[in-house]
Amino acid sequence: MFGTYLRRELANRRRQTIIIAIGMALAIALVILVNAAAAGVKAAQGTALQNVYGVGTDITVTKAASAAAANGGRQNFQFGSGSGSSSGGTQSISRSRLSTEPGTTVFAASAVTKAANATGVKAATGVLNLSNTTFTGQLPTQGAQSGGFGQRGSSATGPTGGPDGAGGSSFGVDRVTVLGYDVKGATIGPLTAATLTSGRSLTATDAGKDVAVLDADYATSASKKVGSTVSLGGKTFTVVGIVTSTAASGSSASNAYVPLDTAQTLAGDASKVSSVYVEATSASQIDTVKAELQKSLGSTMTVNTQADLASTVTGSLSTASSLANSLGLWLSVLVLAAAFLIAVLFTVSGVTRRTREFGTLKAIGWSNGRIVGQVAGESFVQGLIGGVIGIALGLVAILVVDLIHPTLTASAAAAGRGFAFGGGAGGAAGGGGTGEGFGAGGGFGQAAARTVTSASDIVLTLPITPSVIVIAVALAVLGGLIAGAFGGWRASRLRPAEALRSVA
Amino acid sequence: MYELERVSKTYRQGGRPVAALVDVDLTIGDGEFLAVQGQTGGGKSTLLQLLGALDKPTSGTIRLGGADLGRMGASELTRVRATQIGFVFQSFNLIPTLTAQENVETALAPTHVDKRERRDRAKEALESVALGDRVSHLPSELSGGQQQRVAIARALVKQPQVLLADEPTGALDEDTRGEIVGLLESVWKDRGLTLVVVTHDSWVAHRAERRIHLKQGRVMEKAAAKV
Repeated sequence: MFGTYLRRELANRRRQTIIIAIGMALAIALVILVNAAAAGVKAAQGTALQNVYGVGTDITVTKAASAAAANGGRQNFQFGSGSGSSSGGTQSISRSRLSTEPGTTVFAASAVTKAANATGVKAATGVLNLSNTTFTGQLPTQGAQSGGFGQRGSSATGPTGGPDGAGGSSFGVDRVTVLGYDVKGATIGPLTAATLTSGRSLTATDAGKDVAVLDADYATSASKKVGSTVSLGGKTFTVVGIVTSTAASGSSASNAYVPLDTAQTLAGDASKVSSVYVEATSASQIDTVKAELQKSLGSTMTVNTQADLASTVTGSLSTASSLANSLGLWLSVLVLAAAFLIAVLFTVSGVTRRTREFGTLKAIGWSNGRIVGQVAGESFVQGLIGGVIGIALGLVAILVVDLIHPTLTASAAAAGRGFAFGGGAGGAAGGGGTGEGFGAGGGFGQAAARTVTSASDIVLTLPITPSVIVIAVALAVLGGLIAGAFGGWRASRLRPAEALRSVA
Repeated sequence: MYELERVSKTYRQGGRPVAALVDVDLTIGDGEFLAVQGQTGGGKSTLLQLLGALDKPTSGTIRLGGADLGRMGASELTRVRATQIGFVFQSFNLIPTLTAQENVETALAPTHVDKRERRDRAKEALESVALGDRVSHLPSELSGGQQQRVAIARALVKQPQVLLADEPTGALDEDTRGEIVGLLESVWKDRGLTLVVVTHDSWVAHRAERRIHLKQGRVMEKAAAKV
């Protein structure tokens, strides 16, 4: 009886059923889309972070840069009078300097062991981020200049020498980021997010050797290939492999990868690392591991999880994340509330119109519970119909988005990485020769505490997860139950005598 | 069957009490056919609601088969309506979306009769009112007289002890009126049930064994029983 009555009523009140179902469907489709978008954006953020921190890294440990380190770290290049080669009043010079990245603070490698031994840690590895800065250029020799420092133009004869023959200078600064990593079988770390495209990876036998693997973008720009050599910190390294980022488009975390011990030797920071990458045994352990690491390593160390690092992702991906998490969420809530309200109003109105019908049923012995169940059942099925249509609409919308392949730009910034060039370099270039030494301090900008290290285009893919479907079904059921509860409540308040009210 | 002692029913209308029934004493015997007449607002429908366990008196007692309806809870009253009382309404009150057979089956839904028996009994009830060939028709596909016969079948299918009819011919033409009254009389005689008919129609009232007249909530006269 219940099923027959329900089916007939829904079929008879087709327009009401369609309106409720469409309202519910739109709301549920929107919820599915927003949920999927949020999941897709989160996954994209994860990909962006993987480019920097590698696949599988759950936690990173760094040391916050002290004020002195953040403001210092100037790149100084000392040139003596005999530096480089002189010809025709012009001195050609070239200097490379390998140092820890500006803003990066190194710390004892024992932190890696501490992290590896912590409860809930599956793997831990240390890396050393270095920056190789090469200064190359031409300066006028001291003898070729007329007048003293800062007196260019005051001399009757004027300055001579330099690349322009008028006492000027020309130089360039090249910067290559170098990452020293554990070549003895590290399963996590930045290189795990890169794919070998030619040559070979570094292995345990490369420890201590001057061999490097280059990022494909950098190799292309520097015209390097497997077998080429590259100068890092004044040493010549042999390129043994080329890697590319696993992201759709983008660079890997560093320009060059070398064995950790080689990097430590070059930087004069033996047994020092700049970051520790930690993989937890399970996702549920991450927060516990973070707390334990923070406790064991001390408050001077910065322990970040992927969730903490997600805030460092910028670009259109960040905008999409904000949209999905704020506008999308509130829009979903609003449309859902409107759909529920429509369902409730239609149901209550339907019950009011059916006063005599329910009164008659009560008069012939139907209990309140049976009538409330009938009304609730009808609303529930209307909600379910809306839910099924909504799921279909939502899945189609997800499919459309996935077919469009929207590409988001993501930039992941990492603490203590990068280098910024500021004003002053031009002034130095124009300045008259200081002779014995050239100090770039003040000429080059200060080392940046935070700078973008990995920018990539990530295709946004909206995942269809069972949880999204479950949420949609739950919302449909909830909407139906809420409408049914209101309708049932209205029906239960009808007095059976209403059936006879038509005849006084 | 029914015993009413000093039954009063007062409603509040616009904040003021309105007496629908005043100190009604009435006995309706087992298998009796009683007609209730009176002016609009005289308390006929209120009396029928009280007899049908749809409402409770403000004061006094109503006993059905010895059981005090005024002392029963809502679920007990529902059970009484589901098993002992059949209703026939002026406007038929059929569910418009259900077929004739399904409408009849609604009366058996609260009685936990299994589906097959429910169907068989509904069909049988429709055959007993000469609508065996209309089981699949919707109310909108039936004439007024046929709809009222479906309503009578719905009232009878649960084999009640009492049949309460509220202006059963009020919406019918003269010919059909005769058919329906004839049908009610035959089921009353054949089944031996107690029949209470509220009617404005004197012709219908004169078919009853006994008539009462309600005026301003009081039983004003008792007509002589029909022979």
